[in-house]
Amino acid sequence: MAYMEFGPAARARRRRGYVLSAIIVFALAVLPIVLVEVQGRRANSTLALLISMITAAGLGTAWNILGGYAGQLSLGHVAFYGLGAYASGLLIEKLGVTSWLGLLVGPLIGGLVALGIGWITFRLRGPYFTLSTIAIAEIIFLLSKTLEPITGGSSGLSWDLNQSRFWPRDPQWLFGPTPGRVPYYWIALAITVIAVIISWKIAHNKLGFYLRAIREDQDTAATIGINNTRMKLTALVISAMLVALIGAFRANFEGAIAPDTVLVRSKSLEIVLFAIIGGMGTVWGPVIGGVLLTLVGEALRGIGEANQLVYGVLLVLVIFFLPGGLLGGAKTLLARLTTRRANQTNQPAALREA
Amino acid sequence: METFIQTFITGILTGGLYALIGIGLNMVFGVMRVVNFAHGALVMVGMYLTWLAFSFLGIDPFVSLFITLPVMFVFGIVLQRVFIAPLLKAPEFNQILLTEGLGIILVNVALLLFSGNYQLVNPSGPLYDDVLRLGGVVLDYKRLVAFFIALILTGALFWFLSRTDIGKSMRATAQDREAARLMGINVRRVSELAMGIGVAMAGAAGTLLTPIYQRVEPFIGAPFTLRAFVVIVLGGLGSITGATVGGILLGLVEAFAGAYNPTFLGGAGAAPIYGFLIFLAVLLFKPSGLFGGSRL
Repeated sequence: MAYMEFGPAARARRRRGYVLSAIIVFALAVLPIVLVEVQGRRANSTLALLISMITAAGLGTAWNILGGYAGQLSLGHVAFYGLGAYASGLLIEKLGVTSWLGLLVGPLIGGLVALGIGWITFRLRGPYFTLSTIAIAEIIFLLSKTLEPITGGSSGLSWDLNQSRFWPRDPQWLFGPTPGRVPYYWIALAITVIAVIISWKIAHNKLGFYLRAIREDQDTAATIGINNTRMKLTALVISAMLVALIGAFRANFEGAIAPDTVLVRSKSLEIVLFAIIGGMGTVWGPVIGGVLLTLVGEALRGIGEANQLVYGVLLVLVIFFLPGGLLGGAKTLLARLTTRRANQTNQPAALREA
Repeated sequence: METFIQTFITGILTGGLYALIGIGLNMVFGVMRVVNFAHGALVMVGMYLTWLAFSFLGIDPFVSLFITLPVMFVFGIVLQRVFIAPLLKAPEFNQILLTEGLGIILVNVALLLFSGNYQLVNPSGPLYDDVLRLGGVVLDYKRLVAFFIALILTGALFWFLSRTDIGKSMRATAQDREAARLMGINVRRVSELAMGIGVAMAGAAGTLLTPIYQRVEPFIGAPFTLRAFVVIVLGGLGSITGATVGGILLGLVEAFAGAYNPTFLGGAGAAPIYGFLIFLAVLLFKPSGLFGGSRL
């Protein structure tokens, strides 16, 4: 359930949830050490895939704050991703400052731009908002391509990976001589965990209620005293900052940025798909969607150019048959099973737990 | 001065095609309130049809309009029956995602069938090779022909909507779907027709663009979705005259930005930005469009 429940049973369930989450995060944090032990040098490619899965989960989670909770369909989230990546890349390439600064400046710029965009677009509804997000992403894409002296144009910027290392050198006592991706993995994990915690907090907070009210009916929400524009703006800025943070991280990890990798239109769609396939408006849906879709994408790399076809087909299928995403579908299935079981006992319906 | 006139005329000629694309989108939105995010991909399909007709049957690109129009019309009706109609009552959010998904599918099917390579459409003949010289201004004949065909199609559609019974029932449906239904209009039929015409217009625009671009590739239609929206937002959603003016305006803006945008602001490559900025400005200050008002 996305809303906060009270009472001793709910509290106990919540406590179990915290403990379980902590165990999962701990296991994920230890995973790379095990991988390096088992796979040796080959661990690096596994880690790259894991990092992609983790950042995908983070991106889906961030988009979901605006798209899932508030129901505002942004098809231009790549703009924030790219802004984060370019901010952090420019800092490294032009000024040679530490990568940590990029993780700070990237989200700040993403957030500021989001404020401006929100100011323009949140007077608009439905398709107009969506169109504006696309238009703005396109403007930023074209700027990155044509402002060559600053952005490096179509070929973008690249730098020696040693310049964008969060650690001066990998702790050898831990990983041996493997030149490592483990620190990157930990940073990616930390970012995504932060994103999920923020998303969870919002879902269980007043802001989450407001956003869902706005999603259901903007006019009614306004009538009961919700400041629609303010709430939507809050959701957009949080969402944009998280996406920019992940973009900034990604730039450091790849050691290169270019319009066609960090600002490409299809990336926006990918982010949306993570959330939609997993289950929009839920905390865990985008995480599941991000992880699964990245795996699917990896498996489809062999198909070559047309691998996006699968994304398109998945999108249409989900809209038609599984509007709640995988998580929504699973919940419906579970509800149907439990109702059947509950019906077999002679308990009155009112006493059954919802 | 010559550059100025040259740019001005080029802008108007391109704008006529933008208008045609915008009108197609407008038909669908006006009648069904569905925003078709696959519109640019449909322009691309029209271009591929023209290429197929040209390279396998040897049909002149402009003449292939007689293939594109009916094929795309039927394709539109199929899309309507299979995908759009079942979701007419769904939230807008889902409709946008559905059409976006359809667009991705079309682009990637083209990629699978014809690869990502450029397919050339390079007919020869006086129509395609010669230019019209008026003083220092040089105009391609093919651009002129494309513009006039676009005008004829627009005019025909205008006549159809204002003079025929079916056209009138389409406008009625656009104004009030429920009232139209109560008046005995077959709203389902009208919606299919609107989608058919809208898709046919996108395809026709694709056909007319092919001899100008002289090449086709799967992603070539992508910029047109957004352009089509810019056109109809400029002109006011639902209005054909508005879309025509909006299309020509966008053509002019892009042409002048392409010719005069200084290098430090990105030069000609950044020209589309101006169209998008105007789009945002219109949404911000006059959301009903510059000539907003009547729908269809």
